Amino acid sequence: MASEDVERLLIQFQNEEGEVLGSPFDVPLDITPDKLQLVCNALLQKDEPVPLAFFVRGEAEVVSNLGSCVKTLAVETEQVLPVVYQPQAVFRVRAVARCTSTLQGHTEAVISTAFSPTGKYLASGSGDTTVRFWDLTTETPHHTARGHTHWVLSIAWSPDGKKLASGCKNSQIFLWDPVTGAQIGKTLTGHSKWITWLCWEPLHLNPECRFLASSSKDGSVRIWDTVLGRCEKILTGHTQSVTCVKWGGDGLLYTSSQDRTVKVWRAKDGVQCRTLHGHAHWVNTLALSTDYVLRTGAFEPATATVNPQDLSGSLDELKERALQRYNKVRGTAPERLVSGSDDFTLFLWNPAEEKKPLARLTGHSALVNEVLFSPDTRLLASASFDKSIKIWDGRTGKYLMSLRGHVGSVYQVAWSADSRLLVSGSSDSTLKVWDMKTGKLNMDLPGHADEVYAVDWSPDGQRVASGGKDKCLRIW
Amino acid sequence: DHHERKRKKESREAHERSHKARKMIGLKAKLYHKQRHAEKIQMKKTIKMHEQRKTKQKNDDKTPEGAVPAYLLDREGQSRAKVLSNMIKQKRKEKAGKWEVPLPKVRAQGETEVLKVIKTGKRQKKAWKRMVTKVCFVGDGFTRKPPKYERFIRPMGLRFKKAHVTHPELKATFCLPILGVKKNPSSPLYTSLGVITKGTVVEVNVSELGLVTQGGKVIWGKYAQVTNNPENDGCINAVLLV
Repeated sequence: MASEDVERLLIQFQNEEGEVLGSPFDVPLDITPDKLQLVCNALLQKDEPVPLAFFVRGEAEVVSNLGSCVKTLAVETEQVLPVVYQPQAVFRVRAVARCTSTLQGHTEAVISTAFSPTGKYLASGSGDTTVRFWDLTTETPHHTARGHTHWVLSIAWSPDGKKLASGCKNSQIFLWDPVTGAQIGKTLTGHSKWITWLCWEPLHLNPECRFLASSSKDGSVRIWDTVLGRCEKILTGHTQSVTCVKWGGDGLLYTSSQDRTVKVWRAKDGVQCRTLHGHAHWVNTLALSTDYVLRTGAFEPATATVNPQDLSGSLDELKERALQRYNKVRGTAPERLVSGSDDFTLFLWNPAEEKKPLARLTGHSALVNEVLFSPDTRLLASASFDKSIKIWDGRTGKYLMSLRGHVGSVYQVAWSADSRLLVSGSSDSTLKVWDMKTGKLNMDLPGHADEVYAVDWSPDGQRVASGGKDKCLRIW
Repeated sequence: DHHERKRKKESREAHERSHKARKMIGLKAKLYHKQRHAEKIQMKKTIKMHEQRKTKQKNDDKTPEGAVPAYLLDREGQSRAKVLSNMIKQKRKEKAGKWEVPLPKVRAQGETEVLKVIKTGKRQKKAWKRMVTKVCFVGDGFTRKPPKYERFIRPMGLRFKKAHVTHPELKATFCLPILGVKKNPSSPLYTSLGVITKGTVVEVNVSELGLVTQGGKVIWGKYAQVTNNPENDGCINAVLLV
């Protein structure tokens, strides 16, 4: 009887930052990820078993069994092999499959959509100068906020979900209350050209959600005090239009501009810290590794219920929770920033510390329109006008895979809250849901009659909203 | 002194003109009044134009059409020639169900024009073979019948695979491969032979354009109507039927 003499290998579990867990031990080569998970969870000694993914030497994922991975990598079997474990999100988001409703009401193209941080409200801005609030439980229009005099270009929810800021092509910013649909405070004027991006101060820095940063084509970034309704600081320095502004969790502001630079500012006094050079053409978009956590504030997607509720708790409690979540996602490394540009490349920066980029991510054959970190910051998705989406490693910037399938430029992407699914909207009027594990198309969502301009996945993972040129807002 | 007199004469002109206009009678008066009326209309127009220039008009309240998100604002139509979006119009056309072609009436071409008689036989008396004198399209897997038995000869020099197709709204022209001849208005015989003359409806491969249907499927074939006489020009120009 031939005895199965399976080769054995010494492995050592490491977490993502390189800290070792336990001592090296012997495992047979045909061990599966499930068994590895049991062993690792036992070593971690946590109360509940956490789903984990394993990567040999941090590169190849162990899918079927350890043996196949080792073979492809040609690892020496005599040395101790480091196996990196990564906790995955405990909850799973189901892929959206069908259009639950088409919300008509806008009389012009829908330019931007955003779910509130808890996923309770949905707001959409459009070319007919209105911002509409939609009730998600009945999928009907809730309020129509009138006041803008030109196209509503960008909208942003405050991290506590109590205010919505919207910027228009006439360089005005309005604040709205989602419950009543009425305007809060004064109209914020001051920019001379249209508003390109709006970003609130993160919740863990200020639980009142008072300060708002806006970037405009006139090359300046203004920080507004929404309670007093006036401009606190003006950050000038860019010579051309500022395309994107992001408020980081460490008190730094990052701005990207058409003058090919990315600038880092201190939010407290508005002083410019650093200028990051490198791009060869307009810098279109920025993404922070902690984006998702800053957007959702104190709301934890794992605790989401079917009916989204408002956040409860005093300001201090909210601040504490937001700070905890932020620290968990951030880890020990500082925030990473990715910038996507018209020169078809992306740069990965460590803006808080260095002037030089960490990596240059090439591969696209047309301009990069949007970049987005996954909520667990491990993956990076870049949508480009060359009809493909590329996935990169969020830490090192290494290229992972390409998602092809669209027949028109991909305009926007949105991650699901558990980082397993990605939805993308394109100019060919379809949305596609991609699975990160297999790298393949999960679901194709046709139905829009014209280009899809804006896509958003609700933070509780239940719905996707998309708006486009055909003036309809669709919920899937 | 001369200037003084000139100035005074000029100021009197207005009075003299009005005196004349009042006192004139008869045909002369009619003609004069007609001419004067035309003059006055012109004067009024120029005065109004000057007035409009002086007053500052408030900007039009209506917001312009074509709302675009912020990331598309500084870019031109993103080569709209490649990105078509006539979905709604397509749906309407489909509902109408009519064949609206750009060239509804075309001159019908007779057999003597399209087919040339070829004489064969030892004494060149048999005249049952015909050669096509117009441009034609044969499919990919086309093989001739045995030469002894083929009645219609389609010369290789007159076989075309590609057509220059213009999109009627965008005025952009693409060189697209032909998939087949759908209908030749002169005769169904020509349709089956694949003869392409002016007014023929041809199916072309439009996968290059990246069109998508409402159901999410990629469109790869569309009809186009030929607009020139290809045998005279050496190329097939067609207009896409959207």
